Amino acid sequence: MTDTKPASTETIGPPENRFTASLTHILADLGKNGIFLALIAVIILFSITTDGILLRPQNISNLIVQNGYILILAIGMVLVIVAGHIDLSVGSVAAFVGAVSGVFAVQMGLPWWLSIILSLLVGGVVGAWQGFWIAYVGIPAFIVTLAGMLIFRGLALVVLGNANIGSFPSEYRALGNGFLTDLLGAYQVDPVTMGIAVIAIIALVFQQIRTRRGRLQYAQAVEPLVWFIAKLALIVAGIGFFAYALATFKGIPITLIILAVLVMIYGVLTTKSVFGRHIYAIGGNRHAAELSGVKTRQVDFWIFVNMGFLAALAGLVFTARLNLAGPKAGEGFELEAISAAFIGGAAVQGGIGTIAGAIIGGLIIGVLNNGMSIMGIGIEWQQAVKGLVLLLAVAFDVFNKRRSGGR
Amino acid sequence: MPVNANILEMRSITKTFPGVKALSDVTLNVTRGEVHAICGENGAGKSTLMKVLSGVYPLGTYDGDIVFEDKTMSFHDIRDSEAHGIVIIHQELALSPHLSIAENIFLNNEQRGAFGLIDWNKTNSEAAKLLARVGLRENPTTKIKNIGVGKQQLVEIAKALSKRVKLLILDEPTAALNDEDSNHLLDLILHLKGQGITSIIISHKLNEIKKVSDSVTVIRDGKTIETISKAEVTEDRIIKDMVGRDLEHRYPDHTPHLGEEVLRVENWTAHHPQDSTRVMVDNVSLNVRAGEIVGIAGLMGAGRTEFAMSLFGRSYGSRITGKVFKNGKEIKIPNVSEAIRNGIAYATEDRKTYGLNLIEDIKRNVSMAALGKLSKYGLVDDNEEFKVANEYRKSMNIKAPTVLAKTGKLSGGNQQKVVLSKWIFSDPDVLILDEPTRGIDVGAKYEIYTIINRLAAEGKAIIVISSELPELLGICDRIYAISEGRITGELPIEKANPEALIKLMTMETPR
Repeated sequence: MTDTKPASTETIGPPENRFTASLTHILADLGKNGIFLALIAVIILFSITTDGILLRPQNISNLIVQNGYILILAIGMVLVIVAGHIDLSVGSVAAFVGAVSGVFAVQMGLPWWLSIILSLLVGGVVGAWQGFWIAYVGIPAFIVTLAGMLIFRGLALVVLGNANIGSFPSEYRALGNGFLTDLLGAYQVDPVTMGIAVIAIIALVFQQIRTRRGRLQYAQAVEPLVWFIAKLALIVAGIGFFAYALATFKGIPITLIILAVLVMIYGVLTTKSVFGRHIYAIGGNRHAAELSGVKTRQVDFWIFVNMGFLAALAGLVFTARLNLAGPKAGEGFELEAISAAFIGGAAVQGGIGTIAGAIIGGLIIGVLNNGMSIMGIGIEWQQAVKGLVLLLAVAFDVFNKRRSGGR
Repeated sequence: MPVNANILEMRSITKTFPGVKALSDVTLNVTRGEVHAICGENGAGKSTLMKVLSGVYPLGTYDGDIVFEDKTMSFHDIRDSEAHGIVIIHQELALSPHLSIAENIFLNNEQRGAFGLIDWNKTNSEAAKLLARVGLRENPTTKIKNIGVGKQQLVEIAKALSKRVKLLILDEPTAALNDEDSNHLLDLILHLKGQGITSIIISHKLNEIKKVSDSVTVIRDGKTIETISKAEVTEDRIIKDMVGRDLEHRYPDHTPHLGEEVLRVENWTAHHPQDSTRVMVDNVSLNVRAGEIVGIAGLMGAGRTEFAMSLFGRSYGSRITGKVFKNGKEIKIPNVSEAIRNGIAYATEDRKTYGLNLIEDIKRNVSMAALGKLSKYGLVDDNEEFKVANEYRKSMNIKAPTVLAKTGKLSGGNQQKVVLSKWIFSDPDVLILDEPTRGIDVGAKYEIYTIINRLAAEGKAIIVISSELPELLGICDRIYAISEGRITGELPIEKANPEALIKLMTMETPR
C-alpha cells in the first residue's frame, strides 16, 4: 500500500500519549485502506461459503491465471482514468491483437518470440491511432474508444475470417498456462517458488525500511514503529502463505511473473516518475498543468499508446490461455477493467487512483467470480452481484470522502 | 405596521464546526430599507453568517436567534428563507449556461399554464418585465452562456425579484466584474433600495462600500467588531477594524534598484483563438528591467491577460506575431515549457481554474512547474520535494499545518502564496503576475506585496497586471495603460495618478 501518511498526528495540539497517537494513526490507516480490508473480507466470506476450496493451492493458482488479463488491463486503465479519460476499446483491441498474433504465430509460422513482439507493436500502433484522435484532434476519449470498440472488433473478425485460429506454439502458450517449475525437478514444495518468495520478501522489507529512514531523515511524519512492524509482518505472512500455496501446486505461473513486473514498473511510474506526476496533474486540473509547462497532448497520447500495448499483452495472455484466437475473445473485458479501477478508488473526474488499488479492485472481482462459480451460482446472479459491488464500492468511497471533507 | 425599524436582527449567533468556532456571539441588525455592508477578512465568518441566515445551516446547528420582520425564524433549508423573502446571491453564480435567461429566472418556479405544462409566453413576458426592472436589455430567450458575467449577475437579481425578495444578500457581487459593470450593479442596488428592498452586501472593495452602504458591520475572527453608520465610515477605520491594527501603509516601502533590461517585447500582436480575424492584442511593445516592478493597467477585456498569456508560450490566441528579447537576445517561445526554460513565469488571474490542482497537496503544487529540478533519470525525489515545499511554506507564511494539506482547502490568500511559491521555485527572471491579489483579504494582500518587493530586490523583473489602480500606484515603478489591445500610454510612477490612468485605459483609438 502507499506510504503517504496523514500528518494529522502532528497538528493536534498538546502532546498526547503514544498509545492514543498510535491508535488514531492506525484508524486513519484502516480507513484509507478500506478497499484492502474489503478484499480480505471477501476472501474470508468465500472461504467459509466454499468450505475452504477458495484458498486451496490449485484454486489460488487458478485465480491468478484466470484474472491475469483483467489485472493487466486494469493497470493501463488506471492511468487512463487518472488522466480524466476512459477506454472502452480494450476488449476489442485484445481480441484483435489475439487474432493478429494467431496469424503471425500459427498461419505465418513466425518464431514465437517474434510473433509476441510484433503483436505488442500492433497494440502500440492501435493505441497511437486512438491517442492521435484524442490528444491531437481533441475528440473525447469516450467517443474515440467507443468507435475503437467497434472498429477493432470488426477488424478482429476480418483477420480471423470467420474461423478460429488455434494450436499455438508451446512457448507462446506458456504466457497464459506456463509455470516456472521443474527447473530443479519435482519436489513436494517447489524450491524455486519459495526462493523467489524469500527474495521478494527481503527486497520488500529492505525497501520499506529505506523509505522510512529517508522520511525520518527529512523530519517527515512517519507511522508509529509498532504499527509499521505489524503491517510489514502481516504483508510478509501474506506473501509467505501465498507462495507456499503456489509452491505446493505447480509453482509460479508465468502470468504472475508478468504481472509482478508490470506492477513494479507501473508502481514506480505512477508514484515516482515525472511522467506519472504529469498524469495526475492533468487529471487534477488540465489547465493548471498546461500552464505549468506540462505537455498535456503528449502525455495523453502516450497514455493511450501504453493502453494499446497493455491491451495487446492482455490479448496475448488470454489467447495463450485458451490456445485459441476466437471472435468472441475479450468481450466485456473493458467493463471489468474499468470496474477494477473504480472499485480500487479511482475518481470518475480523474486525478485520483493507484495501481495497487486497481489490482486489489481486480482481485475483488476475481474472487467474487471464482467464489460464486465454486458455489454453483449462475452467471446471471454473478453479473448482478458484481454490478452491486461496483456501485457499493464507489458509494462507500464517496461517503468516506464526504465525511473526511468537513464542510 | 412594523413597530421595529429593524427588518432583521441576528442575535448572539454562535456556530461551531468540529474543532473551530466559526462565529461567536455575533450580532447583526439591519434597518428596513437600507443597504448594509458586511466587511471582514477571508475566513472572518461573513459567509458562515450568511449561510446561517439563509438556512444553509439549519435551525439547531447554531445557537442564537434570527428575528425577521419581528418574528423569530426557524429555517430548515434555503427554501424556508426564500419563502420569507430572504434571497442570497452567491459569489459563484448559480445559473445554468445552456438554458435561456427566462428559464433561469424561473428555474424551480416555472410559470405554468394548462395541464401543468410550462406557459412559455407567460415565462418570457414575465422575464422581460423583470429584466426591465434590473435594467438589462437582453432578449429573455438568450442563453446564459452568451452574455457576460456582469449581465449574468443582473439575471441573478432578476431571479431574486421574481421570488418577491425583501432582503437581498449579495456575496462579493463585483468580484468578477469590471468597473463599468460594477458601477451598474451598485446603481441597481441603490435603485432597488428606492423600491423598498433591503440589501446586505459582502465586499472587499472599500470604495464601493462607501458608495452604496448606509451602514457597515465589520466582522473579525468570528466576532462582530462594530457597526458604523454612513456618516462615520472611512476606509482607514474599516481596515483597522478588519485587521485589528492600524495599517500605517497599505503598501510596503519599495526602493527600486534598477539593473539591465531583462525583457523587451516588440510589436506583439495576437488574434482571438476561434475568430482569427479579431485582433485582441495590437502591436504591443514594452520592456522591463531587472529589479523593476512594471504595472499594466487596463479594464477587463482590454487585452491584458490575452497579452500575457499569448506571450507565455502562446497559451492564448492565434496568428501571434512579434519579437521577444531576453537580456538583449531574441528568443522564441513556442510553448509553456519553453517559456519556463527561458526564465519566464506567469501567475494566472484565476488561480482555481488555471493555477492550482485543488485536489493535490501544497507539496505537489509547488513542485509542478519545476519537477526537473527535483528529479534524476525521470524519477522525482519525494523527500527533497517535501523539504523544498516546507521551506516555501515557512518563507511565504502559507498557513497550513503541513505541506500535505490539499490546496483546495486553503483560503484565497494562502492559495495565492502556493501559486507564487510554484513560480518562484521555477527560478524565473521575469514574473508576470495577473491580478495577484484578487479576492484576497487586506492582511494577505500586504504579505503578497512584500513578497513582490522581495523578488524585485533580488533582481527579478516583475510585471503586475491589475484592475485596482491604487494597487498599481502603490507598488509599481512604472505603469503602462492598455485599452482595446493597445498600449495607450506609459507613465513613470511620479507622474501616474488615477485620473491620468483612467483616461488612458478608456482611450479609444481609431483602427
